[in-house]
Amino acid sequence: MSEPHIETPQELDEANARPVDRAIPTGGKSSGGAPPPQGGASDALLEVQNVTLRFGGVVALNDVSFSLRRGEIFGLIGPNGAGKTTCFNAMTGVYRPTSGAIRFNGESIVGKKKHEITRGGIARTFQNVRLFPEMTALENVMVGADAHHKTSVISALFRLPRHWNEEKSGRAKSLELLRFVGIAHRAGDVSRNLSYGEQRRLEIARALATNPTLLCLDEPAAGFNPAEKEELLALIRKIRDTGVTVLLIEHDMRLVMGVTDRIVVLEFGKKIAEGTPAEVRDNPAVIAAYLGVPTDAA
Amino acid sequence: MSEATVTSAPAPVKKNWRESGGTRGWFGRQHWAVRVGLSVVFALVAYLLPYVGQVPVLGPQVITQGIDWSSALFNMSYYVLLALGLNVVVGFAGLLDLGYVGFFAVGAYTVAMLTSPDSVLKTEWGWVAAIPVALAITMLSGLLLGWPTLRLRGDYLAIVTLGFAEIIRIFATSSETLRGDRGFSSIPHPPGTYADGKPIFGVADATPYYWLGLTVVILVILGVQNLDRSRVGRSWLAIREDEEAAEIMGVRTIKYKLWAFAIGAFIGGLGGVMFAGQQGFMNSQTFVLQFSILVLAGVVMGGSGNIFGAILGGALISYIPDRLRGIKDPIWDTDLYEYRFAIFGLVILAIMIYRPQGLIPSRRRAMELKDREKEVAPQ
Repeated sequence: MSEPHIETPQELDEANARPVDRAIPTGGKSSGGAPPPQGGASDALLEVQNVTLRFGGVVALNDVSFSLRRGEIFGLIGPNGAGKTTCFNAMTGVYRPTSGAIRFNGESIVGKKKHEITRGGIARTFQNVRLFPEMTALENVMVGADAHHKTSVISALFRLPRHWNEEKSGRAKSLELLRFVGIAHRAGDVSRNLSYGEQRRLEIARALATNPTLLCLDEPAAGFNPAEKEELLALIRKIRDTGVTVLLIEHDMRLVMGVTDRIVVLEFGKKIAEGTPAEVRDNPAVIAAYLGVPTDAA
Repeated sequence: MSEATVTSAPAPVKKNWRESGGTRGWFGRQHWAVRVGLSVVFALVAYLLPYVGQVPVLGPQVITQGIDWSSALFNMSYYVLLALGLNVVVGFAGLLDLGYVGFFAVGAYTVAMLTSPDSVLKTEWGWVAAIPVALAITMLSGLLLGWPTLRLRGDYLAIVTLGFAEIIRIFATSSETLRGDRGFSSIPHPPGTYADGKPIFGVADATPYYWLGLTVVILVILGVQNLDRSRVGRSWLAIREDEEAAEIMGVRTIKYKLWAFAIGAFIGGLGGVMFAGQQGFMNSQTFVLQFSILVLAGVVMGGSGNIFGAILGGALISYIPDRLRGIKDPIWDTDLYEYRFAIFGLVILAIMIYRPQGLIPSRRRAMELKDREKEVAPQ
């Protein structure tokens, strides 16, 4: 159920985007029951338009705009406190933007409930792992799979056929996802007993179980050693290859440069750069933000 | 609760789904034949409990002395019912409800209003006819309490629910319709007669009531267990563990919290219906706050979040005081029943000191406490 193919992007507001030129393998696993892009000629999956978010006097996001295309890996980077996670939270319904629009599949998601946004196709992981610690790994993933289940309390109470069918397919799908992220052998273990790396992977599996079109990963490599980071990059590419668009918040510049197609850089809640990894790397504003500016050059 | 984590080599996952994490707890992981067998044995033993007094040596120690044994058993059955219901709200969904007796009262009062000749309604229905109405009204009251308190958690929720139970009690005391202390009398017993025309549910022998109560308890256990092992149970657990993460994973938190309240209320109301049907009389003094606290203590004592724990806890909070009845203390020669709260308190203290996770803990509590132990243990 991957996206059929990726059109050469019709530029929206980006002047410098390169054509997306990879083939998306069809078949494979069953993630992303993505609705086809409706009516819109654009292939922008998610559009963030002039979003401002204030907490009292603090401006956490200041007029931020960017848009994600289907099938790409998009990086959102910036120094500590730049507003990356806030931006994430605005997109997943945790915060409501003070002004501005967020559209997913051409439809505004501002003011929607969190679970509605999830069912609509945006899934996320958390910066500090937030699993359900006393549930088994498999159950954690099944909670994600339940997002699209229809079993009512009554049919669960009396174990009606719908309950059986959905339990069975949900379990199979969840095991499949655990295998996909590489922790199938821990399926029966309580998730708090998993190692840190396994917990991160489990979070990704749980998010994938909700059949997202867009997967948002909040610093998935935090605390990883280089070998683990390499594995994670491979996993992210594998996810993208199933047709899921990936939005990646990351601190580690090298990791972002290695895997993303395009990057937006935030600093103090403002977008300071946007472009391909190579462009962003050479952008003086980005260098200044990350390394500081020599006093005489300012 | 040491899981077999260390030994879990990358085994093929294709084995039995029970072993591969589809369910929680020791019981759920057993082969179905073992589970059915154990359940049948337990049920049989439970149905035969009224005759435990005839077991030589051990029997006379078990049965109560100051109160007829089958009445004590019936009391246990509705306490177990209440513990099961409260376990759904507190143990599964993690919503601390201190006013659970309120639902018990709503169930009992609805039956009384519809059936008793003292009621202003003058309907004088049969006991059975009143049941559906009573349960519907109790569920409604659960939603009524659940709706405004959805945003509250922990201590705040506890205070509001406490207030709910008190409102019901005070309303019952002062309202003319609910007759306060005078209460309702002649509430009909469940129907049915033996071949010789004597009623099955009479006043002399409480054994049939116990069997009825036990049957209801078994049905409730089956239902609650089905829920626990479905997406409903997973949603409750997810809400309990991390409500926001649950919602972001697509769980309709409001819906499932309301269901927890409604189902908890339903079971509590069922307890009230049984109670009214056996006692035949009730007034506003029946539903004191102590009652809520006692049931909560039972759930926590047995092991919050575990169905078997709730059953054991509910049975104990009823059994211990009843067992003390009719035993004289050697010094002042008073009935030990008078000391029931002191003794009961000591028992709870002992359990909380030596087994803080409850007698049959849910895995969650056991681990939380193990962790805490690690934190404070001197190295």
